[in-house]
Amino acid sequence: MSENLLSVTNLVKNFELRVNNGARRKKRIVQAVTNVSFHVGRGQTLGLVGESGSGKTTVGRCILRLIEPTSGTVEFEGQDLGALNFEELRALRRKMQIVFQDPFASLDPKMTIGASISEPLIVQNVPGDHTDKVIELLELVGLSADHAQRFPHEFSGGQRQRIGVARALALNPALIVLDEPVSALDVSIQAGVINLFEDLQARLGMSYIFIAHDLSVVRHIADRVAVMYLGKIVEIGEQQDVYEHPTHPYTKALLSAVPLPDPKTERSRHRIMLEGDVPSPVNPPSGCRFRTRCWKAQDVCAQEEPMLTIRPSGQMSACHFPES
Amino acid sequence: MAEKVLEIRDLHVTFDTPSGPLEAVRGIDLDVSSGELLGVVGESGSGKSVTFLATMGLLPARARVTGSVMLSGQQLIGASAKQLRSVRGRLLSMIFQDPLSALNPVHRIGDQIGEMLRSHQNLSTHEAAKRAIELLDIVGIPQPSDRARQYPHEFSGGMRQRVVIAIAIANNPKVLIADEPTTALDVTVQAQILEVIERVQERFGTAVVLITHDLGVIARVADRVNVMYAGRNVEQGTIDSLFDHPSHPYTRGLLASLPRPGKQRLKPITGFPPNMLNPPSGCAFHTRCEYAGDICKGELPNLVSFGDLETACVRARELPKSESFA
Ligand SMILES: Nc1ncnc2c1ncn2[C@@H]1O[C@H](COP(=O)(O)OP(=O)(O)O)[C@@H](O)[C@H]1O
Ligand SMILES: Nc1ncnc2c1ncn2[C@@H]1O[C@H](COP(=O)(O)OP(=O)(O)O)[C@@H](O)[C@H]1O
Ligand code: SF4
Ligand code: SF4
Ligand SMILES: [Mg+2]
Ligand SMILES: [Mg+2]
Repeated sequence: MSENLLSVTNLVKNFELRVNNGARRKKRIVQAVTNVSFHVGRGQTLGLVGESGSGKTTVGRCILRLIEPTSGTVEFEGQDLGALNFEELRALRRKMQIVFQDPFASLDPKMTIGASISEPLIVQNVPGDHTDKVIELLELVGLSADHAQRFPHEFSGGQRQRIGVARALALNPALIVLDEPVSALDVSIQAGVINLFEDLQARLGMSYIFIAHDLSVVRHIADRVAVMYLGKIVEIGEQQDVYEHPTHPYTKALLSAVPLPDPKTERSRHRIMLEGDVPSPVNPPSGCRFRTRCWKAQDVCAQEEPMLTIRPSGQMSACHFPES
Repeated sequence: MAEKVLEIRDLHVTFDTPSGPLEAVRGIDLDVSSGELLGVVGESGSGKSVTFLATMGLLPARARVTGSVMLSGQQLIGASAKQLRSVRGRLLSMIFQDPLSALNPVHRIGDQIGEMLRSHQNLSTHEAAKRAIELLDIVGIPQPSDRARQYPHEFSGGMRQRVVIAIAIANNPKVLIADEPTTALDVTVQAQILEVIERVQERFGTAVVLITHDLGVIARVADRVNVMYAGRNVEQGTIDSLFDHPSHPYTRGLLASLPRPGKQRLKPITGFPPNMLNPPSGCAFHTRCEYAGDICKGELPNLVSFGDLETACVRARELPKSESFA
């Protein structure tokens, strides 16, 4: 068993929403993330899946302290991030990086690629001339030294995402949060970027939190996977257990909704059609948050919140009537 | 044999851009029959949307369109604005990724459907309102008579896309073109919308063209598929043939690049899609094709029957057998 690099315990993030309702000003609480706990081992990849609005990005941003969690603890290399002072947090932060979906937005159009990649080194006061480091990073992500002098508009989407990755790697992070890193790329390009993530991990040993709504991509890259619904983890475990024997009704429905690129499989599959949409996180359903769309819901589901419980196939899920 | 309702021949579309002429569609041939669901797949920029915007007569005036688009025997290329208005929404409808752009924010849903009905049929307001509620029911909107009185902002993304489908099928068109209708939706909602589209196709015998970049969506709902690359149709056939033994190297590359259960390494297609201001000569895929030879740079390959597929590759007959993806 690998040692845990990151432990997240009972993470909560509520956003306050001020709604102007004519004369009355109302305050609403968006329960974006509620009691989320998981850990990530060294050199491991945790996949975080769930539909839009389920809280995946918020979890990622709380871990990096880009936003303050409402409550809960995030421990990185055994240190509680909430207990650190500003300087200590700054020093730890270089070991945690984030890569976003949109490679266009994350690069300054007026900066050369070389300058963009060395920027984190300058911000963190790493001494010396960074030319060699930049070349090393460019080559690491499958680009070449002469790309350093060029500008973002000269690159394709896939290349820009590689530049974003090079930038994230500049400070030798131990953890990279990849937030929908291939969602904007065409499939043929996506494959190369996914291979790059795998190669970098094999070579440098960092951990990933891989956030994506594409379940096939997560199945491919993750060691463990957590399924989120309306701010909570409903199922978490080894990738194979969760994908092959989903025990939470939502996981099962989600997996059955994913279209697979194989006509024979598609024709023979049993599909679970969920009705309606995800409810609002401002006023989530009582008890089990999935109960308004669940075909197995009983009275107890509205009254008692199901706890994450270990299942025979090895993973944990939060359901009063788990699938077997 | 089902009736061929849409026949596109040698369609070309060129835009005048500040950087020079851009030929986005470079000779597309394509047929769709009633009751059939044709999938159109290809990377972004391959000309999928432009092909069907041209079909609908919805391109800006600075686009030069040549070729032939026959809709049930009526030529649409060169048709007058008035003729096109009479065709759109009656014989031919199109829906898009963003349903909000197709809806009027200040009009009730029921009225918007009613308006579409009355613009092509001689119906009283009352009849149109009644029919609008039926249509909302057909596309799976619960409590349709209440929902008809609501405004677009009161609907979720998935429900809006259903409303847009209801408007598109209001006059029972022969062809429904759906351009990435589920790309912005979550996967459980996508499954619902795909089911609505299939239901429409089966119930009314509508010919459906479904544009998508997702080969999983194609495998789930399409009967036939048309693969586009750089403004050309590079391969077409039934989904079973195409997934079982793709012939064109680009189709093979697309299928091989997808993650599938099991941990085998992914195979990307090298390089990136061409710049359409200056596409590669001959077969535009030659810059990325592992089988490319000199002959590929000179000749623009046309679709040729190859087994049960039609393939535009000058070397199709010499290529090694493809792995099966079915
Ligand atoms: N800054 C914010 N203010 C208010 N609500 C927010 C903010 N950021 C996210 N949310 C809400 O929190 C929920 C979770 O969002 P997010 O973490 O972005 O989900 P995901 O990444 O899974 O799509 C959503 O309902 C979203 O609207
Ligand atoms: N209105 C326009 N003016 C100029 N170029 C356009 C216009 N619309 C599309 N294009 C270009 O035409 C090509 C094909 O675009 P499109 O059909 O939208 O691709 P797809 O739908 O396959 O992603 C692209 O290179 C695109 O940039
Ligand atoms: S707890 Fe009840 S409502 Fe929730 S997933 Fe399980 S069966 Fe469904
Ligand atoms: S024509 Fe040549 S370059 Fe084009 S797909 Fe066939 S082998 Fe490849
Ligand atoms: Mg997100
Ligand atoms: Mg398009």
